[in-house]
Amino acid sequence: MKLLNELKYMESHEWVKVEGNNARMGITDYAQEHLGEVVFVELPEVGAAVSAGDQIIVLESVKAASDVYAPVSGTVVEVNEALLDNPGLINESAYDNWICVIEMSDASEVDNMLSASDYEKTCE
Amino acid sequence: MKRTPLYEKHVEQNGKLIDFGGWELPVEYSKITEEHDAVRNAAGLFDVSHMGEITVEGEDAEKFVQHIVTNDISVLNDYQIAYTPMCYADGGIVDDLLVYKINNKKYLLVVNASNTEKDFEWMKSNNQFGDAKIENVSQDYAQLALQGPNAQSILQKLTDKNLSEIEFYHFAENVMIKDINALVSRTGYTGEDGFEIYLASADAPKLWDLLLSEGKGEGLLPAGLGARDTLRFETCLPLYGQEIDKDITPLEAGLGIFVKLAKEEFIGKEALAEQKAEGVKRRIVGFEMVERGIPRGHYEVSADGRIIGHVTTGSFAPTLKKNLGLALVEVEYAKEGTEFDIVIRNKNVKAVAIKKPFYSKKYKK
Repeated sequence: MKLLNELKYMESHEWVKVEGNNARMGITDYAQEHLGEVVFVELPEVGAAVSAGDQIIVLESVKAASDVYAPVSGTVVEVNEALLDNPGLINESAYDNWICVIEMSDASEVDNMLSASDYEKTCE
Repeated sequence: MKRTPLYEKHVEQNGKLIDFGGWELPVEYSKITEEHDAVRNAAGLFDVSHMGEITVEGEDAEKFVQHIVTNDISVLNDYQIAYTPMCYADGGIVDDLLVYKINNKKYLLVVNASNTEKDFEWMKSNNQFGDAKIENVSQDYAQLALQGPNAQSILQKLTDKNLSEIEFYHFAENVMIKDINALVSRTGYTGEDGFEIYLASADAPKLWDLLLSEGKGEGLLPAGLGARDTLRFETCLPLYGQEIDKDITPLEAGLGIFVKLAKEEFIGKEALAEQKAEGVKRRIVGFEMVERGIPRGHYEVSADGRIIGHVTTGSFAPTLKKNLGLALVEVEYAKEGTEFDIVIRNKNVKAVAIKKPFYSKKYKK
C-alpha cells in the first residue's frame, strides 16, 4: 500500500493534510484498494458544521456503499466536485484526489492522528 | 465455510474471497467492471460449482417434476431444458431452477446453492409418486459457466463435438473436452451466449486451466460473483432472496410466462390462478435514477407521501453506465414512465420506471 509521510491518518482510513487552520482530507490508498472501483461519491455541503467522527461522505463501489468520517471538527469550506463526474479518480490516486477541506475549530484534534508508519501497523 | 473444487484456483488467481451463503467464493479477481466487460465483449469463466444438482429418476419422474414446478415440462424434448419457478401452495416461490430432461424417466434439476437442502427436503416431502427416486448429487458435480460472445469458439477448440448442434436451452451429455467427460448446455445467467459445463468435481481444476489458457487469446477472464450479479441484473434475471422469495409469487415477479395454469395440476396452481384472476397488487418494476444516487437492495420506494415498495436489487450498471434498480412496488406504480422516489440515507431521490430488461439478451437461438 502507498503511504505519504507528510500526511496524518485515521484508523478509519482517512488521510489529512494540515494547511494552516484547514484540514484537507481523502481516503487512503489501502481504503480505495479494499473498496474496489468507486462509482459514486456523495459529498458534504460547503458550509456544513461537522464534528470529528461524523459520517460526512459516502463512497459507493459497484457492490456497496461505505461511510467516510470527519477526522476533525469544524466547517466544510471546499469539496472536490471533480469527483461527482469522475469518482474513479479516487482509485487512480487516493492522495491526489482529496474529497473535502474542513476549517478546523479545534486544531489540537490533529495531535491524536496517526503517522504513516503507525497507520500502516493498524492495516496489518 | 464450504469450498468448491476450484478453491485453490481462486487463491492462485488472487480472487477476493467472500462468504456467499456459506460458500467461500471470489467476488472478483481483478475488477468487477473489467470482468463484466469481458463477458459482454469477449468471454468470462465463472465457478458455479456451489449450485445444487438434484436428479429425479423412475417411471413417475415426469409426473413428479410436473407436480412440483409451475412450467410445463411435458413439452420438452429429450436434451431440452426449461427454466421454472417451484412454488409453495400459497404461490410463494421455493426456488427457481433449470429442468434438464435426459428422457421422461430421468431429469436433472439445477437449483440455487443456498436453497439446495431446502429444495431437496421440499421435493422429498412432496413425492407422492410410486416410482420417482430423488437424489441430491450436488457433491459429485462441479459446474463452470463459460459466458460471452467468444464462448463457443473457445470451447470448440477443446472438443470434437460440434457445439453449433447444441441449441439455446439444450444440452449434450458425454461431451469430451480433451479427455474430460462433461455435460454441456447452452444456458447462462449473463444475457450473453454461452455454456454451462457440468463435470466430476475431480476434473474441475484441469478444465478451469484448460479453458483459461485456450481462451486467453480471445479475451477470456476469470469472473467472480460481483460480475455475475451485475450481468444478471442488467438483463433483469431474478435472484432468489431479492426479486423472488417465499413471499413473492412468480406473477408478481413478472415470471408469468413460466406459470402454465393450463397444466392439469401443480403445487401453487389454485393460489396463482386466483391471483391471476384478481390481478396482482404488486409487481417488480425496473427503474432508472433521475437524480444522483445509487439504489441498493431493501431501500424504500416512496410516492405520494407514502412507502409503495422496496428495492430488490440496485447498482451502477457497468454496460449501460447508469444507476438502475429493480423494485417490488404497488402495481399502479409499475408502469413505464411512472415517477417515484428511492429513499437513500433518509433522502428522497427521484427515479423513473423504465422498460425491462435494461440490456437486451444476446442469446443465439
